[in-house]
Amino acid sequence: MRPIVFPAALAVAVLAGCASTPGEEQSPVPVEDRQPGTTGAAPAAPGAKPQPVAPGAVARVDLTAGKPSAPNPLKDPASPLSKRSIYFDYDRYDVKEEYRPLVEAHARYLRENPGAKMLIQGNADERGSREYNIGLGQRRSDAVRRMLILLGASEAQIESVSLGEEKPVCTESNEACWAKNRRGDILYQGEY
Amino acid sequence: MRRPGAALLLALVAPCAAAQLAIEITGAGAQRIPIAVAPFPGEAALGSGLSAIVRANLERSGLFRVLELPPLSPAPTEASAVNYVEWRARLADALVVGSTAARPDGRFEVRFRLHDVVKGADLSGVAYTLAREQARATAHRISDYIHEKLTGTRGVFSTRIAYVVKRGERYELKVADADGAGEETALVSSEPILSPAWSPDGRRLAYVSLESKKPVIYVHSLADGRRQVAANFKGSNSAPAWSPDGRQLAVALSRDGGTQIYLVAPDGSGLRRLTHSDAVDTEPAFAPDGHTLYFTSDRGGSPQIYRMPVAGGEPQRVTFEGSYNVSPRVSPDGRQLAHITRRNGRFQLAVMDLATRQVQVLTDSDRDESPSFAPNGRMILVATVVGGRGVLAAVSVDGRVRQRLTVSAGDVREPAWGPFTN
Repeated sequence: MRPIVFPAALAVAVLAGCASTPGEEQSPVPVEDRQPGTTGAAPAAPGAKPQPVAPGAVARVDLTAGKPSAPNPLKDPASPLSKRSIYFDYDRYDVKEEYRPLVEAHARYLRENPGAKMLIQGNADERGSREYNIGLGQRRSDAVRRMLILLGASEAQIESVSLGEEKPVCTESNEACWAKNRRGDILYQGEY
Repeated sequence: MRRPGAALLLALVAPCAAAQLAIEITGAGAQRIPIAVAPFPGEAALGSGLSAIVRANLERSGLFRVLELPPLSPAPTEASAVNYVEWRARLADALVVGSTAARPDGRFEVRFRLHDVVKGADLSGVAYTLAREQARATAHRISDYIHEKLTGTRGVFSTRIAYVVKRGERYELKVADADGAGEETALVSSEPILSPAWSPDGRRLAYVSLESKKPVIYVHSLADGRRQVAANFKGSNSAPAWSPDGRQLAVALSRDGGTQIYLVAPDGSGLRRLTHSDAVDTEPAFAPDGHTLYFTSDRGGSPQIYRMPVAGGEPQRVTFEGSYNVSPRVSPDGRQLAHITRRNGRFQLAVMDLATRQVQVLTDSDRDESPSFAPNGRMILVATVVGGRGVLAAVSVDGRVRQRLTVSAGDVREPAWGPFTN
């Protein structure tokens, strides 16, 4: 590990990669205590200061090569844990059957990583009162939270909140768009 | 507790002349009082066209028709003898004459007098001493005086409004005079700001900010930009409403599951739960007597407005027409309930007479939101969407007088009309 200070956006991914010990099936992902936006050096060298590079020597950083051998399952596109959004029907607040495997995977992760913490953000489409829509988004995030707890996650690991209609992923005024905005998003500590 | 990233937020209070609200009058009252406002000799020294601001205020209220005047020679002042026959010939029912003079101490004196032309009577006058930068405020005071003398209702020209402007991913909480002038920015954030609510003394705004990735209620002191967390419990914290004595906020919290209404002091102390349902209970609003709380609840299957005693008790349903009635706001006299109703899929501003339960829909909009009464109860400010853009509309309680307030290149939303402060 070269003592390079990484940009904040990369730091989280790199941290996770470094902490995974190759060969271990489910290494606990570090619970990142740091504040969002903190520029962090790798934990492998705690307190290490960036050292001046010898003249003429250029440290090569290649982001395209050398993927960590045991990728963070939360980020691995092949893992169900990388799926973070649960969509709801109009005026409905029950988690649809098709999202059960997704919720089960996250419940298993929370069970196996008791230090992991999760924020569920509920969302609503743009129609109607902003404040009532915060209530509807809350109903959606609460539904996901309840299901995770039924599946064995601990209550203290999960906070369910609502962003109402304030953070749409789609901004046109039609049903196709509204359907994308009626959703619950799962975030793990360090991602919010 | 998560802390907002310092870089995200920047509280400042700075005038921003380029972006101020533009007001367009889109409807006026049926019976407007024809009034003449003569130019005030000497007003040029004050810079801001005192009599022109008075004329614009009166015209915008929808209750007056301001007459065009020919050049008057000699220019009348508040001390001039008024020839009522001449003013009747100009079809004026009322006349305002005034003057301004520079004082030796660098300040100015403005005097004006209001005449009832029909009765041929001098209705009295007022003199103000002011610094040059108070000219606009003085014009609003004069307008308030005229409004009250001629309509019997206190004018709201000296009050302020708050609103949120969204430009891209930048959210700004603004405060401006009721005519949109003198806009100042109280808060800038890269995350949504919603539901601003004025403290009864007009010095603080409570609002919801999503700066920590969840709704948190702040109380923001306008003079010094100091922000205090009023509610940051686990879950969502939203919909703040001040009690009329300013000592409590009614809020919607999800800390105990669902969304329920609680009372909390503005400093976050003394939490007390008010509603107990498995429904969404939100958007609390105090009646002016401070004893009754109106709120939105879907306990009956669809969102409707209910009311309950602040001391506790069984909520009673208030709205019955249609399947979506939300965002209650009680008029300052306690007699009317502004709210948003859904009719044929369109969200429109409506007013209910609380004694007769009669409902009148006031707009022809598709997406009205967040109504707010002027402190004299005559107008309601509401957010709406015109041509895909968020704008504000001010509508009189009889639906006749209409104004539209827009900003250039941005959405305006979440209006809140401030209280009387003088």
